[in-house]
Amino acid sequence: MTRWTVRLFGPAREAIGTDRTEVDVGEPATAAAVVEAVAARHPEIADLLPRSRVAVEREYVDPEARLRPGDEIAILPPVGGG
Amino acid sequence: MDFRGIVRTWYQISETPLSMERAVAAVSDPAAGAIATFAGTTRNSFQGKEVRYLEYEAYGAMAERTLEEIGTKIADKWPPVTGVAIAHRVGRVEVGETSVIVAVSAPHRKEALAACSWGIDRLKAVLPVWKKEVFSDGEVWRENEPGGEPP
Repeated sequence: MTRWTVRLFGPAREAIGTDRTEVDVGEPATAAAVVEAVAARHPEIADLLPRSRVAVEREYVDPEARLRPGDEIAILPPVGGG
Repeated sequence: MDFRGIVRTWYQISETPLSMERAVAAVSDPAAGAIATFAGTTRNSFQGKEVRYLEYEAYGAMAERTLEEIGTKIADKWPPVTGVAIAHRVGRVEVGETSVIVAVSAPHRKEALAACSWGIDRLKAVLPVWKKEVFSDGEVWRENEPGGEPP
C-alpha cells in the first residue's frame, strides 16, 4: 500500500471540511483506485465523486491513469467557471 | 513576410476586478482588423431567488495552465489569430461584476468571433473553477451545463 495525498476543491472540499485528504492504495495505483479510496473514507462525497474528474500534475487524466510517487493528485467536482 | 501565429497572449486568474480595457490592449495588433470580446457578468437571480453575491474558487496553478492551453488550441484552430487574452475572477464577486473575459484579435472578424466563442465554451467546460451562489437563506455550488467539451 502507498499513501497518497489528494487535493480537494469546491463542493468536495467544503463537504469534507479540508482541502486535502490522505488515502492508502495498493497496486496498481490508478486515478480510479484513489477515487474509490476517497469515497470509502469520505462517504459524504460519495455521490459527488462519480461526476468528478481527476487531475494529476495539473492535467486531467483518465480513470486508468497510473500514478507515480510525488504526483500532485486532485479531485475536481463538476466545474462552474464563467 | 509571414506573421502568422499568436504573438500576444495574456492570461490571468485574478482576485481583483477584471479590466476589459487591459485585455483589449493585450491583444491589439497592427495586423488585426478585428477584436472580438466576451464578458461574463454575474446575474442577480437564479430561478427566481435573489443572489446576494458569488464565491469563485480555483485550482490556481492548473487554472492558469488551462487558460494557456485554451489559447494554444485557439492558435491551432484559427492560425490567423494574432492575440488571445483570457481572465477569470476568483474570491467574492458582487452581482453585476465581470467574472470572466475573453478577447481575441485577428486580421478579420470571422475568425476573431469564432475563436472568442469557442474560447468561452471551452473555458466553461474545462477550467478548474467552482462557483457558489450565496442567497439570503442559503447557498449552492452551481455547476455548468454538461454540454460536453467543444471540439
